[in-house]
Parts: sequence; structure tokens; C-alpha cells
Amino acid sequence: MSTGTDLGIPALGGTQGVPRLAEDTPRQTKKDFTSDQEVRWCPGCGDYAVLAAVQGFLPDLGLKRENIVFVSGIGCSSRFPYYLDTYGMHSIHGRAPAIATGLATSREDLSVWVITGDGDALSIGGNHLIHAMRRNVNLTILLFNNKIYGLTKGQYSPTSDVGSVTKSTPVGSVDHPFNPVSLALGAEASFVARTMDSDRAHLTTVLQAAAEHRGTALVEIYQNCPIFNDGAFQLLKDRDEKEARVLNLVHGEPVRAGNDHVVVRRADGALAVVAESEAEPGSVLVHDAGDEDPSLAFALSRLDDGSMTHIPMGIFRSVSRPTYDDQVRAQVDGARSSAGGPADDEDLAALLRGRDTWTVA
Amino acid sequence: MSSKPLQRLDRVVIRFAGDSGDGMQLTGDRFTSETAALGNDLSTLPNFPAEIRAPAGTLPGVSSFQLHFADHDVLTPGDRPDVLVAMNPAALKANLADLPRGSTIIVNTDEFSKRNLAKVGYAASPVEDGSLESWHVHEIALTSITVEALADFGLTRKEKERAKNMLALGLLSWMYSRPLEGTEAFLKAKFAKAPEILEANLTALRAGYNYGETTEDFAVRFEVAPATMPPGTYRTITGNAAMALGLVSASHRAGLPLVLGSYPITPASDILHTLSGMKRYGVTTLQAEDEIAAVGMALGASFGGALGITSTSGPGLALKAETIGLGVSTELPLVILDIQRGGPSTGLPTKTEQSDLLQAIHGRNGESPVAVIAPQSPSDCFDIAMEAVRIATTYRTPVIVLSDGYLANGSEPWRVPGVADLPDLEVEFATGPNDTDDKGEPVFHPFLRDPETLARPWAVPGTAGLEHRIGGIEKADVTGHISYDPDNHDKMTRLRQGKIDRIADTIPDLEVDDPSGEARVLVLGWGSTYGPIAAATRLVRATGLPIAQAQLRHLSPFPKNLGEVLRAYDRVIVPEMNLGQLALLLRGHFLVDVQSHTAVRGLPFPAADLAEVLHKSIAQTLEGVQ
Ligand SMILES: Cc1ncc(C[n+]2csc(CCOP(=O)(O)OP(=O)(O)O)c2C)c(N)n1
Ligand code: SF4
Ligand SMILES: [Mg+2]
Repeated sequence: MSTGTDLGIPALGGTQGVPRLAEDTPRQTKKDFTSDQEVRWCPGCGDYAVLAAVQGFLPDLGLKRENIVFVSGIGCSSRFPYYLDTYGMHSIHGRAPAIATGLATSREDLSVWVITGDGDALSIGGNHLIHAMRRNVNLTILLFNNKIYGLTKGQYSPTSDVGSVTKSTPVGSVDHPFNPVSLALGAEASFVARTMDSDRAHLTTVLQAAAEHRGTALVEIYQNCPIFNDGAFQLLKDRDEKEARVLNLVHGEPVRAGNDHVVVRRADGALAVVAESEAEPGSVLVHDAGDEDPSLAFALSRLDDGSMTHIPMGIFRSVSRPTYDDQVRAQVDGARSSAGGPADDEDLAALLRGRDTWTVA
Repeated sequence: MSSKPLQRLDRVVIRFAGDSGDGMQLTGDRFTSETAALGNDLSTLPNFPAEIRAPAGTLPGVSSFQLHFADHDVLTPGDRPDVLVAMNPAALKANLADLPRGSTIIVNTDEFSKRNLAKVGYAASPVEDGSLESWHVHEIALTSITVEALADFGLTRKEKERAKNMLALGLLSWMYSRPLEGTEAFLKAKFAKAPEILEANLTALRAGYNYGETTEDFAVRFEVAPATMPPGTYRTITGNAAMALGLVSASHRAGLPLVLGSYPITPASDILHTLSGMKRYGVTTLQAEDEIAAVGMALGASFGGALGITSTSGPGLALKAETIGLGVSTELPLVILDIQRGGPSTGLPTKTEQSDLLQAIHGRNGESPVAVIAPQSPSDCFDIAMEAVRIATTYRTPVIVLSDGYLANGSEPWRVPGVADLPDLEVEFATGPNDTDDKGEPVFHPFLRDPETLARPWAVPGTAGLEHRIGGIEKADVTGHISYDPDNHDKMTRLRQGKIDRIADTIPDLEVDDPSGEARVLVLGWGSTYGPIAAATRLVRATGLPIAQAQLRHLSPFPKNLGEVLRAYDRVIVPEMNLGQLALLLRGHFLVDVQSHTAVRGLPFPAADLAEVLHKSIAQTLEGVQ
């Protein structure tokens, strides 16, 4: 095994290579991204808010609509592509990251988005998700976490809290949940963020940053399912409660919990939330999303002990590393250009003959 | 020139057998190349264990390579070797039963130690106790002769011993008058960076050749004249290599980039290896995290307008089933290569079988028809790959190709086709609206079909105005919107099946070979059994009995004349390396009570055994026994 060659790929934006609208074309609107299909989520479903935010934000990208593709798995949230007037594929349960990898790798000129749920991404599709993130394929993955299987009518999911009483766990679930952000950081995703269905402004900022990121951007969206898991994130929405619970991550700013608490690095390196008045000078954690080492971002994600006492929201990590698709294309392009361009009939004939031929007259 | 008398033979079957670490596959490959260069027709059968290095000297560790070459056309690697090269007692024991009495055995006596004999349960050396009396045995101390020939080399004894396969190759090359130049050139390239190892191998090779010339043990030398073959440029090729070249050629002729998603599995991995070295031809290979991802990547690439391909074996095909169903539902081109091996489960990874036929045709949920085709020889893998791409792109459907371990690793001469003679596979993507809506406005309907092929348009992302969504949920006819309507589902189910059925419009009729025109019995095979069946047919005809032969390359849909062919004979025998999967389909489709003949031994049918079955069947037919 050798390490291969440095392909010398410069840092690019997430949508670099995707055709843009000409400067003089009228600005696209939300309407341009709205398909003619009737939206069929339950009334009050958090998915509506996310759809509205995405439809509202896509015009800002300035990309040609036909070069945007949404690929989803199966679940309530995975119906998303039908409602957007872009190209789309509603695929099969858990496999969207793999399908999107094939598409993104073979088509540099597409902006490829993956829509997935907590069951879709973390249960049946867990393997594809971690491998997409490990490879760093240029994809933006929106993971709708409602901590429940919505479409199959309310079984617990890999993000459900221990003890969740659901259709399939009448006396409470016993398995320990995944924290999607921790998982993504463990898989060394180059962009990891968390946002909330109901916070349009935050959602839009995070989506913007995710779209601009080149590589796999994993965005966990806390999403309410009023039918099977209503209020799962209520503590983070309630005016009185959220203040102390939500840790708003801003790159370069100290990490605060409410007005009077901060996150500090203790002497042993661990993170803790303490009253600001008790914080040792210089110990307050200043968020660095660009830290190459994901350890601190991971530690931040672990401040959530499952009780929603401290939930960091925002961009945990945004680092630049070579993407899988850029490198795969560079190898193919490199092989072609060093051979003098795309293969012609003569080149193919030579390939077919191989090295060892004989002639029968 | 040799001083020894030269005897002409019309055909020879040689089997090289030794320990997995003895380099028998390489030795066989080299002998094959030398033989091909001489213009003989040939066919090969590598046979090796699934373990990379089973314990040395044991029966499970035996690896062999059989080669059949002749001055006429060769159909199989041969049933029974004329010559066995046995590098150790295990190789002798494992292969002796296949050796007709009177044939030749070359044994490496150095390895016949008490310990090695005991490992395989020989109480005494068979070379010494007279049990090999009925064979013509050459006892040669291959290892010590090699070490002696390399006395002046600064290599360890182990390194010197390793060259013993080259000594054996040199000797066999002398015996059958094969030139050494090709192997010399091969070694020079292989060991360019290790000059001493190179010299040692060259020395051993020549020492083996000279040994034949000088030792009195070998009184005659043999010669096999070139076969008459159609004029052209030839090379030898294995099925897997031919498959890879066929795919690259198809990509070239279609003008579409090839994207292979694959997860390593025996005996399909060589296709991934070969294609990963063809980036220069615009080939992208993605080694996925599993087979599900591999086919998903291929389907994603197809959605984007590339040629999406995935390669695997039976266990992998099982994992891909749901995604192939998505390909059926989204009606996208997709080529799935299943290089079959013994099953069920892990089964016999390195042995051949044809037991995935029903899995390929029916192994998905729902009414989920796909095209299924099968190559009939190693070189036919090239043509079948192009045919798979033709069907997939023309009909916008998944196509499953059923090759197997026998074709994948076996080799034969291949007349290299001219690029201009290859089929034109150009495809047309949708570029604009194809329909009008109620108001008469132009619209794009992703499921509006071509009236002839029933294929839907291939509209790839990036095409302005054709934005649409596809998926695995049932779609309304024409518009492609989600539809749960009962009548629509019934219609779409029949349309998808009808589309596959229509492929039969563009495939050739099944050709029957019946030179006398008097046959009452038809032997019908599919895929890789072509060679053994044709050889068996030849044996039957040589006894004066008429028999008709046909081989199916298209299994879904069948050629249009198949029913007519089946009904034209009193009896139809269907040999298969499974428990009668094609027979089941034929009975179901045509209500013809075909006679199934099956074996699942991990090896191709021996032609002589098959001939016996055919004889019996003809005799029964003549007697009127049904
Ligand atoms: C192979 C397969 N297994 C099971 C299902 C059934 N199924 C559909 S969606 C789903 C769970 C969806 O949960 P989640 O991903 O959290 O999406 P949500 O509906 O909550 O948005 C399951 C189990 C399926 N469609 N396919
Ligand atoms: S079941 Fe829950 S997640 Fe699904 S659409 Fe209804 S509210 Fe939304
Ligand atoms: Mg869910």
C-alpha cells in the first residue's frame, strides 16, 4: 500500500463547479422551488417549517435550479424532494447517502442534497451515513430528528430516549440512543451542525453555511412530530426554559448558557457548564469550529446528557479536507490528461489487443 | 533443435497441481500464453481453495490449473488430464482419481518425505509401493535440481526453492515444444526491480528445459500443430477480463462515462481490479462500504446520466435486491454482474455454479421484472457486457448478467474485434418537453413511454425545464406523480413487465445446431455449460447418433422462438449446475416436460459424463420410453 500522490486540490466552495444563474436573470423566488405536488404531512408537522425554510433559502444560492438534486430515503421527512421543483429521487430506506455519492461523484456540476430521518440515517442507513462522512463526499445531509419512526406510526428510533414508551416499547425502550452530532464527529465529518425546525433564522444561517461547505455537511434538525412524539424538543422552544438550556455556538465567541453561565475547560481538560462568576479567568471556552482536532467539538456534543439540560446548537465543526468526489475525478482526469486526452478509437483498440497478441493469416 | 524424436499429437490436457504457495496458477498462465502464441486453440480451468494459504502440504491446500490445447477447436478444459504435474503428495492424492490409467505423472520426489506423506494419509510412498504402476511416472527431484541449478546465486535456500515452478514450466515447455520467449519477457517485466530473483527464475526455467533435453527419462518430445482459426489478431482472455473490456467498450460506444460501484467478493473482484486501472478510459470505480451501497452508487450515477454498473457474486446479489427493485421502479439503466459461485450462503467461494438464475429473475419483492442474460464462454463475456449495456440503455432497465467462476477465471483465445465493428450504443437523453398539458402548454412527462420499446425518457439533472422527481413509490402512468390508484398500479405493473417482454423484439432467435436434421432429442443449456454440452454433443454424434443442441444467452426475456424450438423435439434435456432452475422456468412458461440433468460439484460438467446422459436419453426416446 502506498499513500498515492498529493492531488493538490485547492479549497473550493461547496457549490463550486455548479452552474449559476447569469447576473442579469431575475432573482429566483420561493415559488420557483415549489413543485405542483400537494404537501401531505400531518398538520403541525415540523417538516413544513423546514420545507419553507429550504424553499426560501435556495434562491439565495443563485444556482441553476436544474443543477440541484435532492435525494432522500424513506420516512415522512423523506417525502421532501417531491415538494421541491428541482431534480429529486425518493429512494429506499437508508440508502440515500450511497445513491447521492454515486451521483455527486459522477457529476461535479450538481449540488446534491440528502434528506433523511433519524431512523433512515441512523438505523437502517447507519453504515452509509458514516461512510459518506468519512469519505467527505460533497453532499449536504439534512437529518430530520424527531426521535421517532413517523411514517410507520410511532415506534421508537435510535435517537429515542431510554424509557420511551412507544407502540413497540409499551413498557419503555431499553436501548441507549445515538447522539447524531457525536456520531458525525466520531466519523470525522468535516461539517457538523444542529438546528431547530421552528427557528427559521437559525435554520437558514446553518443551511447557508452547510451549502457553502465543500465536503459532507451533516445538519441535524430537531423536528417535532406532533402525532407520535409531540413536544420532544419543547424545552428548547419554551421561552422560559430555552434560555438556560440552549448553548448557541458562534465561531470565535465564548460558549454561553443563558445570561449567567458559561462553558469552561476544567484543569483535566473536560468541559463543564459553570456560573460565569465562578469561572476561572481564561478558562471559558471560545468556540473554534475550524479546529482540526474534533475532540472539543465532540466534548461539546457530550454536554447533552440526554436530559436536555445543555444543548449546543449551531455549527460544531467546519474544517476543510479533500473531498472524495473531487479526488476521484482528479484521478480520472489525471489519467486522461497524462495519456493525452480522452480515449479515441485507436486507444480502445490498443486496450483490447493488450500486450500479448498473435496473428492468424 | 532437439535431438530427440518428435511425436505429433492432436490434443493434450495438462494439469499442474501443487500447494497453494507453489505458484501453480502462474505456471498454468504462462504455459497458456506459450501455447496461445503457438496458435493452438485452448481452454483453461484454474481450481483453487478459498483459503489464501491453507496449511502447507494438506489436501485442502491443493491448487491446480488445467489446460486443454489442440490443433482443432477446443470446447472445454478437458475432462481428464493426459499429464499431471504433482508438486507434492497432496497434489497427487487430490488429483489421481481424475487421471486415466496410462497417462503421465510427473512427481516432485523431493516433497515425498515421510512427514508429507503422512499429512495426506499415505502409509507408504505411492511412487515406491507400486500403486502407480498403471501410470507412466516420471520421478524428478524438482526442488533439489532447482536449488542445484541456482547454486551460484546469493539467495537463501527458501528463495531458490521457490523457483521450482519455473523449472517445472521449463520441462513441460520442452516436452510440448513450447517457446520460452514469452515467459522470459514476462519474468523480466515482473521482476524488473529484483534482478537476482529474475535471473534465478530465468535460470530455473532454462534448467527445466535443458533437463528434458538431456535426461534419458524423456525419450520423446511432443508437438501439437496450430489450430485453424479464422484470420485475425488473437489474444487469450479470461471471462472477467473480457467482461471488463466489454464494459469499457460499451462505455466508449455509448459515449457515456462508466461508473462501477463494487464491494470485493470472489470470484468477481478481478472486474473491480481491472476497471480500477482503466481511469484513462473515463472509468470511475467506487469501492463501496457494502453491496447495497455499491449498487446504490451505480444507480445514483445512472440517474446522473452515466453508465452505472455493479459487480458481485451471489451473496452480494442478495444484498442488492432492494436497490435493483428501485431501478425497476425508477426505470433507470443499470447493469448488475453476478459472477456466480457455489451457494447457499458463503458456499464455495472459489468454485463454479449456476444457482442464481431464479434469484436473478425473481429474487425481489413485488412484480419486479429485469432482463437477465448469460455469457457462454470466457470471450463471450465481452459480447454479453455490450449486450447488457444495450438492453439497459435502450429499455431503461436493470440488466443482470450471470457469469460464473468457471468463465470468470477460465481463459481461451479471443479474436480481438475491430472497434468500428462493435455495436453502436449511442443513447439519447431527453432535452425538452415531450407532451402538452390540459391547457395545451408543453410539459415534460417523465413516464411517457416510447411506443415501440415502452422505455421512458432518460432526463438527467442539469437539463433545464425537465426537473422532476422519481422514486420507489408507485407512479401515475405518464406524469410520474405518486399514485395509489388501483387501476394505475395494475397498468404500471403490466407496463413494466411488457417493457421487459418487448426486449425479445431485439434479440436473435435461438439457434439450434442439428447438422443431420434428424435429431429427436434436443439438449438445451444456458450460460457457461456451452462448452461441456457442445463437447458432449460432439461425442454423441461421433457414435452416429443425431442430437440437436442449443444454448440460451437470454433468460429474461427468452428468445421468441423458444417455445417452438422446445415443441419440435420428442425430448428436451436441460443440463444445469443447479437443481433444475431453468427446467422449472421452461415447464412454467411452455408446459413442456423437459428432462432436467443437474450436478452441483463446483466444477463444470465432464463432457464424457454428459455424453453418457445424452446417449441414454436418445436410447429411451428411440424406444419410446418417456
Ligand atoms: C427496507 C425497509 N424496511 C422498513 C421500512 C418501513 N419504514 C419506512 S419509514 C421507517 C422509519 C422512518 O423513520 P425516520 O427515518 O425517523 O423518518 P420519519 O418518518 O420519522 O421522518 C420504516 C421503518 C421500509 N420502508 N423499508
Ligand atoms: S407522523 Fe409525525 S413526522 Fe410524520 S408527517 Fe405526521 S407529524 Fe410529521
Ligand atoms: Mg424519525
